[in-house]
Amino acid sequence: MTELPSTTHKKLGLVIDLDTCVGCHACVINCKEWNTSHYGAPLSDIEAYGENPVGTFLNRIHTYEVTPVQGLTQTVHFPKSCLHCEDAPCVTVCPTGASYKRSEDGIVLVNEDDCIGCGLCAWACPYGAREMDAAEGVMKKCTLCVDRIYNENIPEEDREPACVRTCPANARHFGDFSDPDSNVSKLSKERGGIDLMPEQLTKPVNKYLPPRAKAEISTDGEIDVLSPFLEPIASETTGFLSWLDKALDKI
Amino acid sequence: MHPAPSVIIFTIFSGLGFGLFFLLGLGFFLADYWLNFVLFFLAYGFSIIGLLSSLFHLGNPQRFLKAFSQWRTSWLSREGVFSTSTLIIMAPFAIGKIFLDKEFVILGIVGSVLAILTIFCTAMIYAQLRTVPRWNSFLTPVLFVLYSLGGGTFLINEGRLAAFILILSSLLQVYAWLNGDQLFKKAVSNVESATGLGNIGKVRLLEGPHTGTNYLLKEMVYIVGRKHRIRLRIIGFILVGLLPGLILLLFNFNLLLLILAFLMHLIGISLIRWLFFAEAEHVVGLYY
Ligand code: SF4
Ligand code: SF4
Ligand code: SF4
Repeated sequence: MTELPSTTHKKLGLVIDLDTCVGCHACVINCKEWNTSHYGAPLSDIEAYGENPVGTFLNRIHTYEVTPVQGLTQTVHFPKSCLHCEDAPCVTVCPTGASYKRSEDGIVLVNEDDCIGCGLCAWACPYGAREMDAAEGVMKKCTLCVDRIYNENIPEEDREPACVRTCPANARHFGDFSDPDSNVSKLSKERGGIDLMPEQLTKPVNKYLPPRAKAEISTDGEIDVLSPFLEPIASETTGFLSWLDKALDKI
Repeated sequence: MHPAPSVIIFTIFSGLGFGLFFLLGLGFFLADYWLNFVLFFLAYGFSIIGLLSSLFHLGNPQRFLKAFSQWRTSWLSREGVFSTSTLIIMAPFAIGKIFLDKEFVILGIVGSVLAILTIFCTAMIYAQLRTVPRWNSFLTPVLFVLYSLGGGTFLINEGRLAAFILILSSLLQVYAWLNGDQLFKKAVSNVESATGLGNIGKVRLLEGPHTGTNYLLKEMVYIVGRKHRIRLRIIGFILVGLLPGLILLLFNFNLLLLILAFLMHLIGISLIRWLFFAEAEHVVGLYY
């Protein structure tokens, strides 16, 4: 049913830390690896080794340059996947009921057996979180690794989304936002987690932690801030290499 | 948005077909028996061409029956429900009129209402999308309905009414274009709100997430050159309503000119629908 549940029992989602993400794309690859071999149709690549390769991905990393009025320009890596919105417009537009939001945990999913591949849900999503698979003609999107997080056949430490599990910078956190004491709720509260495009009225569950303010570094015209610590300790060198050095100098 | 031919054909022909159904159901007929037969034939022909063409747009058209299920929330589903019920209800009405020489007035009125609702739902599929500010306006359904009625009244030879509707719709179209040019900016979404980085400073894409293209860019980020678009708008404006309207008013007696005028209208509406999609900016473009 494409009517949205009025409340969901849990609100599972991600906190993405823009301060620590290093833009390595490891989460993209692990997401693709897990999701191409599990839930629903594989994530196809078309012309993978040809001139114009295109493929289906559920998670993508943009990189932005942010220039403040004063101070240094920053580079911010920006992972983007489905935000599992509370008022998900992608769900209500779906004519078949293939798109739905689960009342138990708030995950937004596509039942691929019902999807006719009309693409309207992708049009309705402001964030570009849905991609139509070119080989299967069905809509693909982040499942929050619904087939990992409850999966008792895998070790307990793996029962979190593939992107979170793999992130080497610990920039991705998974948890339940309906619980004020959960890791994600606390993190988001401490660091002022924000919604993307709140004016689209989608009420995203996933929160983004803004980059911390960069420390002001005064350089006194000296570019390398570490150089004072790198002064040579010994002024007079000894040993074979020193002899060689001097000998070569004389030639 | 990507101007897919299947969707352009779908909106034009289903608009014409259901516009015609709306008028036939209300009892607008021609004097000649055979011409009425042709009108019903056209109404069915156009709407079925339109609906079939929309199926070509689907990734899995064999499951289309499922699309009738979500009429409570989805405009696309409603469109499916109303369009098929119009086709069904209008069948006995057409049979009555053509073969039995009887008018089943109630059936006709019900069919008319369903037909106009179909056109409205088609427009709402686009107008509902907050993600495409240019479409997200009351002018979208108004124009869709007007174009359908313009084409319909033309075909049932209500010359003056058709001329009035066509000229009015082409003028309104100009307003919709000019107004639409402002809507994206007014919609508040910008790269700063999209990334949430606006309170730090100005945001610029440094590196995209992929070196090639992807579904999102192909489907939702379509750019028409400015010079191109102004030229197309002018041609569309003249052909869709202005010129056919004038011909209808001044040369209503000349069949050849009338046929020419209708062809102009068809070319005009094709240009306008192409622009409707091609010019529409989706907010996801802000991320790129
Ligand atoms: S991010 Fe997009 S696809 Fe995901 S729930 Fe929100 S609107 Fe739907
Ligand atoms: S593409 Fe599939 S999931 Fe999306 S709106 Fe169409 S039928 Fe629903
Ligand atoms: S794996 Fe972590 S650090 Fe790497 S791009 Fe993804 S979120 Fe950023």
